[in-house]
Amino acid sequence: MTTMALVNPACGGITPPSAIFTEIPTESETRMQTRDLNVFYGGNQALHKIELDIPRHKVTALIGPSGCGKSTFLRCLNRMNDVVENCQVQGTVMLDDQDVYSPYLDVVLLRARVGMVFQKPNPFPKSIFDNVAYGPRIHGIAKCRDKLDEIVMESLRRARLFDEVKDRLHAPGTSLSGGQQQRLCIARAIAVEPEVVLMDEPCSSLDPIATGGIEELIAELKDEYTIVMVTHSMQQAARISQKTAYFHMGHLVEVGETEEVFSNPIDQRTRDYVTGRIG
Amino acid sequence: MNNLPRSQRIVSGLKARHRMERIFRAAGFSALLLGVVFLGVLLVSITSKGFLAFQQTKILLEVNLPFDINSANYQSIMKKTLRDMFPNIETRREKKELYAIVSSGAAYELKKFTEQNHHNAGRTVDVWVTASDDVDMLIKGAVSRDDQPEVRRLSDVQLVHIDRLIEKKLIETRFNSGFFLNGDSREPERAGIAAAMMGTFFSLIVCLLLAFPTGVMAAIYLEEFAPKNLLTDFIEVNINNLAAVPSIVFGLLGLAIFLSIFGLPRSAPLVGGMVLTLMTLPTIIIAGRASLKAVPPSIREAALALGASKVQTVFHHVLPLAMPGVLTGAIIGMARAIGETAPLLMIGMVAFIVDIPKTVLDPATALPVQIFLWADSPERAFEERTAATILVLLGFLIVMNMLAVILRRKFEIRF
Ligand SMILES: Nc1ncnc2c1ncn2[C@@H]1O[C@H](COP(=O)(O)OP(=O)(O)OP(=O)(O)O)[C@@H](O)[C@H]1O
Ligand SMILES: [Mg+2]
Repeated sequence: MTTMALVNPACGGITPPSAIFTEIPTESETRMQTRDLNVFYGGNQALHKIELDIPRHKVTALIGPSGCGKSTFLRCLNRMNDVVENCQVQGTVMLDDQDVYSPYLDVVLLRARVGMVFQKPNPFPKSIFDNVAYGPRIHGIAKCRDKLDEIVMESLRRARLFDEVKDRLHAPGTSLSGGQQQRLCIARAIAVEPEVVLMDEPCSSLDPIATGGIEELIAELKDEYTIVMVTHSMQQAARISQKTAYFHMGHLVEVGETEEVFSNPIDQRTRDYVTGRIG
Repeated sequence: MNNLPRSQRIVSGLKARHRMERIFRAAGFSALLLGVVFLGVLLVSITSKGFLAFQQTKILLEVNLPFDINSANYQSIMKKTLRDMFPNIETRREKKELYAIVSSGAAYELKKFTEQNHHNAGRTVDVWVTASDDVDMLIKGAVSRDDQPEVRRLSDVQLVHIDRLIEKKLIETRFNSGFFLNGDSREPERAGIAAAMMGTFFSLIVCLLLAFPTGVMAAIYLEEFAPKNLLTDFIEVNINNLAAVPSIVFGLLGLAIFLSIFGLPRSAPLVGGMVLTLMTLPTIIIAGRASLKAVPPSIREAALALGASKVQTVFHHVLPLAMPGVLTGAIIGMARAIGETAPLLMIGMVAFIVDIPKTVLDPATALPVQIFLWADSPERAFEERTAATILVLLGFLIVMNMLAVILRRKFEIRF
């Protein structure tokens, strides 16, 4: 306790190397957090005062009826909303102790650390190989051709796509089926090894087997990374997430341990939704 | 009506819908037909006239080549040869008429022939020389021997000479290589479009090198990087306006700035290309922006979400997808520039150019200006040359548009 008092920032000290605090975990529980987050599309407010903590090494599921603002929230986390014209974001989003919306932040680095799989599959009109290799190439992750090959194969394998495309890695990515494209986009996102992976309905057009594969992948990924995923399947949220947030018309209505939210929701709207009465 | 079953209600409306479709198809087809007919009439009339200019009437002379190649008087050798062919000619007038059946450039042709065949010096050899334009017109049938002498511009004596040449098979039409190799001339039979072709070629190269990179960069900046605010709106409106400004205004601008202020040479393809650049730039920018805008935003998002910078996103993904449209826009702009006359007149590319330009700084003219100049000339033979020049210009355009199609195919990527 004495060391604690010595370096308390409130007493004018500077933050010491965390190694000194052997009794305190070196990383805080929360990976990302939003405070008082409001998002507007022109005059329309899509999100109202969202305050959500995203825990490290866990899967956070975002659920809610269509149009309630799940994708909008997800896109705030890696500033993809910057690209959307007339979209205005107010409030703070933190990644560890960095302000994501700070003018000093390098968006390129942010997006390399916080990767994203979009709701609609959007492969590049290039070969399957080039799709996955693009991220590692621009970040200079792969030093040589063999290493790049290895990253691409491994990413495709983890996205449960490798077996289907191993004979045609140089066919255009756009020639794949919808579900295959979705997995290609997952492979492309994880090839960069982002610390946080944002997934917007990653299984929306997958069959039960492929869905099972992706759920396994998510479970694997969470040991190293932090996952935030949007899903319309209650069962899926219940199966793989540890934390669940229920959005309703732009408001964060309820958030808690997944089991709690599903078995014992506090809010009436959450109860109606998870028991299948609306949505 | 309302108590009819649903399917019957649909059936009763079907007839009218099908009729509408037939009417629309018929209207569309007739519009197309009309366009094709106009184009056909234009092409047929130009081609039928222009093709004559690709042939040129030549006369075969038996010439005793001089030993002294450099100081020989080829004019008098020519005259002597002609007098030997038609021995019983006495008066000065008759002689003059005889000499007039060959082109005034025939002596020059003879000199060149002698230089190329110096091993034959002193011998008598067969030489094809160009006939005068009046003979040319008669042989090609553009004028008839029954016309008034003022119309056909040949005297009865000359007609007799020509008949004798025909009889002895000493006169025939051959491919007119001079048309493609010579510069302009006062004599139609010696006039060619080489100077104009080179002028057009150089101007287009300058225009392409300046307008394409500038236009594409401006389009990329405006579409992908510039903040959307009043200033960029203002710039956009002005670019659209520039695209509609009459081309002669650009010529005046070029005259005032490139010639008066920068002191660049008059009549030079360099200045011509710069003026055409001003003209094509708005077209390239507008077409470039439109095709950049057509690239789905999801592609940009995909790249940005992987951590690509904006420049990487644009150059790795957006621009390659927009390339077919950008190139088409550029080629359409250039194709418009190739046919422009007015701005080139302003900067002096209208001069009478005999020497073929070798660099972008040599005085030159351009194909459309050449058409404009020849269309104004009184000689009959210039009429067919005008049409032939139009054909060459159309040929240039066809090549460029084919290039547009080929490049489009090459760069086209499915989304
Ligand atoms: N680009 C945009 N411009 C204007 N309004 C938008 C835009 N994107 C989303 N919105 C609006 O914001 C609200 C939230 O949209 P969002 O895409 O976040 O919903 P969602 O929860 O992801 O829905 P879904 O489950 O159907 O994907 C909606 O009302 C939508 O109309
Ligand atoms: Mg969504």
